[in-house]
Amino acid sequence: MLIGTNVDPTRHQNRQKPPIANGVVGIAIFVVTEVMFFASLISAYLVLRSGAEEWPPWGQPRLPVAATAFNTVVLLLSGLVLFKAYQQFLKPDRVSVSRKMLGLSILLGLFFVLFQGYEWIQLLQFGLTMTSSNYGGLFYLIIGTHAVHVVAALFFLLHTYSMLAPSRIPQLASTEFVVSQIFWYFVVGVWPILYFLIYLV
Amino acid sequence: MSDTGIAAGHAAAPHEHHEEMDFWSKYVFSTDHKIIGFQYMFTGMFMALIGGFMAYVFRMQLAFPGESVPLFGQVTSGDYNMLITNHGTIMIFWVAMPVLIAALGNYLIPLMLGCDDMVFPRLNRLSYQIFLLSAIVLIISFIVPGGGFGGAWTAYPPLSASAEYNHTDWGSSLWVLAVALEFAAFLLGGINFLTTSMNARAEGMKMMDIPIVVWMINVAVILFMASVGPLIAGAVMLFLDQRIGTSFFLPAGGGDPVLWQHLFWFFGHPEVYVVLLPAMGVVAEVITTFSRKKLFGYKTILYTTFATGVLSFTVWAHHQFVSGIDPRMGNIFAVTTLLISIPIAEIMFCYVATLYGGSIRLTTPMLWGLSFIVEFLLGGVTGIYLGASAMDVYFHDTYFVLAHFHYTFFPIAIIGVFTAVTYWFPKMFGRMMNETLGKIHFWGTIIPFNCIFIPLFLLGMAGQHRRIYNYNNFPDLATENLQDLRVFATSAMVIMLLFQIPFIVNFFYSLFYGEKAEKNPWKANTLEWVAESPAPHGNFKELPKVYRGPYEFSHPDAKEDYWPQNVPN
Repeated sequence: MLIGTNVDPTRHQNRQKPPIANGVVGIAIFVVTEVMFFASLISAYLVLRSGAEEWPPWGQPRLPVAATAFNTVVLLLSGLVLFKAYQQFLKPDRVSVSRKMLGLSILLGLFFVLFQGYEWIQLLQFGLTMTSSNYGGLFYLIIGTHAVHVVAALFFLLHTYSMLAPSRIPQLASTEFVVSQIFWYFVVGVWPILYFLIYLV
Repeated sequence: MSDTGIAAGHAAAPHEHHEEMDFWSKYVFSTDHKIIGFQYMFTGMFMALIGGFMAYVFRMQLAFPGESVPLFGQVTSGDYNMLITNHGTIMIFWVAMPVLIAALGNYLIPLMLGCDDMVFPRLNRLSYQIFLLSAIVLIISFIVPGGGFGGAWTAYPPLSASAEYNHTDWGSSLWVLAVALEFAAFLLGGINFLTTSMNARAEGMKMMDIPIVVWMINVAVILFMASVGPLIAGAVMLFLDQRIGTSFFLPAGGGDPVLWQHLFWFFGHPEVYVVLLPAMGVVAEVITTFSRKKLFGYKTILYTTFATGVLSFTVWAHHQFVSGIDPRMGNIFAVTTLLISIPIAEIMFCYVATLYGGSIRLTTPMLWGLSFIVEFLLGGVTGIYLGASAMDVYFHDTYFVLAHFHYTFFPIAIIGVFTAVTYWFPKMFGRMMNETLGKIHFWGTIIPFNCIFIPLFLLGMAGQHRRIYNYNNFPDLATENLQDLRVFATSAMVIMLLFQIPFIVNFFYSLFYGEKAEKNPWKANTLEWVAESPAPHGNFKELPKVYRGPYEFSHPDAKEDYWPQNVPN
């Protein structure tokens, strides 16, 4: 992984180990950018919505609130399982348990994306498309952007999962584990806000 | 190859391996921060030639409307729009940003912090490759059917959002794509800069021992990282409007064109400070070195830099005083806009105070540094007129605005870069530049520069609007007096472009035949001067240790009039 690389450690013998690992600093800065990115998508949504005469516009399908509520719970659960997995990772000799829990977290995340895709197919059949109205355009833009982030974050988690394989040294994965966690928590954390603003209100 | 740190398995690779690299892995696919810095710098310089040529063509059209321009031919109105649009885009996004932030940041941060490379070397290489791709996409956009995008560098919709209006179906989409790619590239670079500065400083280097230029590049990077999200969001939406047929910014489909202006300028105004701060940092280094005097008010400069950064997020709507925003909102933004001149003025005063009582050496970099203060001051002061919303209603989109921001961007992108290149040239290439040619280039650039833009202030006050192809269509603006000013400005511009030849000659001549540079030709204190000239792969024989701040000139306890950071006593 690009972000997991580090400068040759032999040339840094006389330097103290940084208090926060490079990868963690890097992803934290990246998440700040992502927060601003989603904040601007949300503000664009609010601006366009407040300027519209009717929301949702006449003749456009309503979004599946209840099914998505279930899906929201799945995603939050995935975040919780990941948190527990990391707690296990920190304990001695619990790497295999941690790895199983991480796997469960990935599966829950995968379920979330696939369920979203299923919902999209339904909505497209009902006539909600990118161009049918700004209602549809913003829905696919924002929820789609989130889905892309979920997929990217799942790859981060899968990378960590592969690094925790029994044949490998788990300590080498400690930075990767934190990095993929931060990104996953961001993806999980932004979802309830999107659900509230786009589905509920 | 060993220093890239790709895998722990390389840990024991001996350093002699550096010699065996072939041309491609040494200069093209390198992960060395210095080489990546040079790649950014040379790409930026190449783009500057294109951007400068564009300015030449449309200035000739304005001075001699309808006549054939040498080296270009007849300029149509479509050409004109494409030229002004891409001149702005290139000069800001493909010259100022890559050279000031990416090239200087890459080159200077590890050297000045006393480490051997960036913490994510491969991310760094990827950053440049994406940037190069973005430049190629932009250049391709000039030759696609319909020509390059012509909706001005701010790309306001609905003009930019629909091919029906702009007639550049492919050009406008490629423009958006290029801009989005470029910001993805700088995003990766920015992560690298900040992490390196936090985690890889030399032993003993405290936060307050970091040179001002590194601080300012990092603050600029923070501003960039925090403001680029809205622009990328806007770019995605604009691209969807163009290609998929959504109407986020098209009023006909319920969209809001002013929304783009907010997204663009929320990025666009901090962007000014993103490029300004590195240039100011460079000037700080040069002024203190050539005054042989400690930088006045290191912490004051630092804290006012932070204040500038915070304030820069609160001024963006001064670009929309005439876009139909609520006048009460306009008042708030007028106040914040006037406020932001205070911290910048404070930094300027610190620089002047550094000069006061110093033993000033007027070398070429110092001349550039001093001219930065003077010229940027003019840009800043004219900004106060524009920040006052009532006056802006008259001045909006006139040549007064144009002259104002050229008085800020020229010092930043041209003077700042020449300051940096002439100052760090010995470290970059191991040879000295020719002082005489450097001074000819300096005066031949600065005098014509003022001759170009002072007439444009006058034209703006006379009511001449921007982005007009031929002023003969407007009887009030087609008078002989005003036309004389246009011809004067254009002539000065051609002279200024010709005076870049001494620089190019000097640059390439010195690169190969210049006098060999010693390690520390300017007798400066910061860590990059500890490394050999030119700095080798891996930078330092052994990583330096830091004992004091970067600006201890003429200190009574020191043996000489400078006291490098790495010397124990």
